[in-house]
Amino acid sequence: MTRRDGWSSPTVGCMSTTEPAPAPTKAGPDETPPPAKPLAPTDSIAGRSLVIVIAIMTFLAALAAGAALLVADASAEWRKDAAGEMSVQVKVMDGRDVEADVARVTKIVAAAPGVHDIRVYTKAESEALLAPWLGQGLDLAELPTPRMIVLRVDPRHPPNLVELRQDLASGAPSAVLDDHRLWLERLSQMAGAVVALAGMIFILILAAMTATVASATRAAVATNREIIEVLHLVGAADEFISREYRKRFWVLGLRGASIGGGGAAAFFVAARFVARSFVATPGGDQIEALFGTVSLDARGFAVIFLLSAAVAFATGVLSRHIVLRRLREIH
Amino acid sequence: MLRFDNVGLRYGPDEETLRDLNFSIAPKTFQFLTGPSGAGKTSLLKLLMLSMKPSRGKIEAFGEDSSKLGKDAITRIRRRIGVVFQDFRLLDHLTLYENVALPLRVTGKDEASYRAEVFELLRWVGLFERKYALPAVLSGGEKQRAAIARAVIGRPELLLADEPTGNVDPPLARRLLRLFVELHKSGAAVVIATHDLDLMDQYDAARRLVLADGRLHVYD
Repeated sequence: MTRRDGWSSPTVGCMSTTEPAPAPTKAGPDETPPPAKPLAPTDSIAGRSLVIVIAIMTFLAALAAGAALLVADASAEWRKDAAGEMSVQVKVMDGRDVEADVARVTKIVAAAPGVHDIRVYTKAESEALLAPWLGQGLDLAELPTPRMIVLRVDPRHPPNLVELRQDLASGAPSAVLDDHRLWLERLSQMAGAVVALAGMIFILILAAMTATVASATRAAVATNREIIEVLHLVGAADEFISREYRKRFWVLGLRGASIGGGGAAAFFVAARFVARSFVATPGGDQIEALFGTVSLDARGFAVIFLLSAAVAFATGVLSRHIVLRRLREIH
Repeated sequence: MLRFDNVGLRYGPDEETLRDLNFSIAPKTFQFLTGPSGAGKTSLLKLLMLSMKPSRGKIEAFGEDSSKLGKDAITRIRRRIGVVFQDFRLLDHLTLYENVALPLRVTGKDEASYRAEVFELLRWVGLFERKYALPAVLSGGEKQRAAIARAVIGRPELLLADEPTGNVDPPLARRLLRLFVELHKSGAAVVIATHDLDLMDQYDAARRLVLADGRLHVYD
């Protein structure tokens, strides 16, 4: 075909129309146009809705992830505490001097390797331990209240229980060693169940988030159907079109995920300060016993960051997939 | 350039909308495609721009069997074809300048490399002063000229126009026809789908392709 040198054909200078005549040209060809707008418009209602959906779902997923981590950490703390403690109960037996037995037990356990600290409860303290069951103000002097001795042990190198039991049996037959094994097993099962539940909630929220974000992305891409067709018909390659959309939707995803993830991070920071103000109150102690210090560590914030980045990335990939599918339909 | 051999087009299980099409579009030719409303002009244009596949028969585009072309090959061929849509199909979020430059931008060219050419073309169609306006504020005639500019910016070898004068008054229709004739003279093959008999009468040199009852009748 004959190539034109330019568009300044004098015969087509008669392109003036019945519409208002254009004013004389002021700008020359050296004029720089404003920055090109993206081919995939995302500042639409559907685009804004997508940002909101992503922000909310990322916030919920990040909260679930953070909560699961807190519970997991707290349960590990419970187990560690329980595994680091043992107790010896010195019962009152006819013909034996309790105080002398307590002294003998103290001597035996102090000699055992792996025992760090020993706390001998006085008679009054041992009786006070019964108060939650028997009530306050009772005279327990006549009751054969056993004496408690609490041992702090190294969980990694605990004392040899068989030897310790043998030493106690020979030195103080009224002493019973409790290594909390039964309690520890039950606690371990309960903690495992709580962590599994938190993990399951996180996975469910993640699944709901995936479905919701996919649906919102599909809706946002659907509003661009006409644009995709035009780009296709003017000669844009499928890869070019899908790349344009992936870039734009990645930005939308990043915007939503930053809001949601940032909100969740701010929530955990605020929760830490609120929890601090409840320290040493009955409610605060209960919360701390169950959930630890309600303080997310660097690992938790890293999980929120990774989750947000993954959501933004997934939104871009998803939009590309949807656009390519639409282009296959056009072909 | 384009050759149709025994081509038929059917939508669903119904009777063929277009049948037994045997014709070709030679380089540097000018033809009107006409026929009553609903005769299948737009469908035939879609076959010509390779945006639809025929139900039967063979379409040869630029020497290649279109049924054997991959996506990339079809994209390359489509860049040799300019299309003016009946409803303009300008992108509302882009300025006039960006709309006209679109066929070059999607090829990945640097904006600076085609800026002067787009400016020149905008002047040529009398829209330079409105180059940064959005389509929403343009009149029907301005949109039509912008759509034509977008179709020709890539210097296509074949220009297809679907009812390009359907939305404008007779004086502007005549001017638009002159524009198409100029494009034809500069080397492009032109196919204008129209049912405007007055428009066709203004350019007797054009070949006429008449669609009736799903068949095409060619009058050289």
